[in-house]
Amino acid sequence: MPGLITMDDLSNEEILSILDDAERLLPVAKGDHYLPLLQGKILGNLFFEPSTRTRMSFETAMKRLGGDVVNLGDVKTSSVVKGETLFDTIQMVDGYTDIIAMRHPRQGAAQYAQDAARVPILNGGDGAGHHPTQTMLDLFTIRQAHGRLDGLKVILAGDLRYGRTVHSLSHALTRFGCELIFASPELLKMPRDIVTDLNAHGANITETEDLLSTIDTADVVYMTRIQKERFADEDEYTKVAGAYKLHASNLDGCKESMIIMHPLPRVDEIHPSVDATRHARYFEQAFNGVVARMSLLCRLLNVEVPASIGGEA
Amino acid sequence: MSQEHNMRRVTAIRNGTVIDHIPAGQSMRVLEMLGINKGTSVPVSLVMNVPSKKMGTKDIIKVEDRELNQNELNRLALVAPDAHVAIIRAYSVAEKLTIELGDEIVNVVQCTFSNCITSNLREPLAHRLKVFSRSPLELRCHYCGRPQDLDELANNVL
Repeated sequence: MPGLITMDDLSNEEILSILDDAERLLPVAKGDHYLPLLQGKILGNLFFEPSTRTRMSFETAMKRLGGDVVNLGDVKTSSVVKGETLFDTIQMVDGYTDIIAMRHPRQGAAQYAQDAARVPILNGGDGAGHHPTQTMLDLFTIRQAHGRLDGLKVILAGDLRYGRTVHSLSHALTRFGCELIFASPELLKMPRDIVTDLNAHGANITETEDLLSTIDTADVVYMTRIQKERFADEDEYTKVAGAYKLHASNLDGCKESMIIMHPLPRVDEIHPSVDATRHARYFEQAFNGVVARMSLLCRLLNVEVPASIGGEA
Repeated sequence: MSQEHNMRRVTAIRNGTVIDHIPAGQSMRVLEMLGINKGTSVPVSLVMNVPSKKMGTKDIIKVEDRELNQNELNRLALVAPDAHVAIIRAYSVAEKLTIELGDEIVNVVQCTFSNCITSNLREPLAHRLKVFSRSPLELRCHYCGRPQDLDELANNVL
């Protein structure tokens, strides 16, 4: 049974329909309404590398829908450290669970797991590859703010080379006809093969090293963290990272409806002064991880989300 | 210069394999891909950058006393998909083999991306490269999706 490995696994219609389901599940995600749609189902959480939000939001999503979760636990104390292959681990968990959420440091691990498993795999990040469930919550957040996905102008800023969230998101936004601005230091530019693919799909892309020059025309600014360890020396990092920091004072000329997003955790690329502005959406975005994943879990487990929940039509 | 002249640059072989219409400059890569460059005692003749009506210039390889098998042809498809292969027996063309680059190359080479899940050779599932584009040739790993470094592929033959 197919899972969600890359955004290519979903058509635009499916994306919109999953976001519609997520919208209706909001009262359940907030705990205002109990709806045990996934009672009796078990999610296997296989996180081979650290995760806070993704792992916790999958767990919350499953439990809000009355399902249960089993965790791989710390990789250091699991069979993985004894040299177990991913194939064998998947064979085992496949027998224990109805669906698997997985993060792995190696690229392609999610597809590999899907080929080895009978249950659906939800890719929670594979190396610098894909992170489609993050993309679904990002799209949910954008649609929540703007009422649509198509035709928006979106700046993706920071580490576009290693940041898997921006790889998956840029593919999805291209499919909805968004204009993309890639703002990053030269060293952390979007990989060429991804840009080539996006262009082949008719993308409208501008690449720049200057984040602030186009911010006043943007509908969405998607910030990512620039990691110190990507740079050979600290001086270079300090110089480069400084140009990708947002402060409330940078937002004066922006559109009122512009939103600032971040997959979190942030370090200092978004100054706390931004938190209180109308533009900050990153904490709502993190919450939306629960509702987007609830909707995905239902879809992949073939459980229909009712048209009306908690008396709301 | 004629085709005949090209073939006479090296002597005709009695038994073996002639690989013709290799893109100019690719013959070394073909030898690497076929594993003929190491530990081979049979005579090998190589002609590079000779004129070709069809290709402008091309390379030719003649391997004596060895007939390429299908598995080797699959490997050849990765570096010279339009090459012509003839099996020679008693100075005559006994068989003409066609190279077919399918949509996917399974268990021939390993993905060239070092952080791909398949870089752990203990993982048992098949190594799968998909043909993303035929001209120019672009291969992508079924698992990690990365475009393959064609120069590196010869080092990753399974």
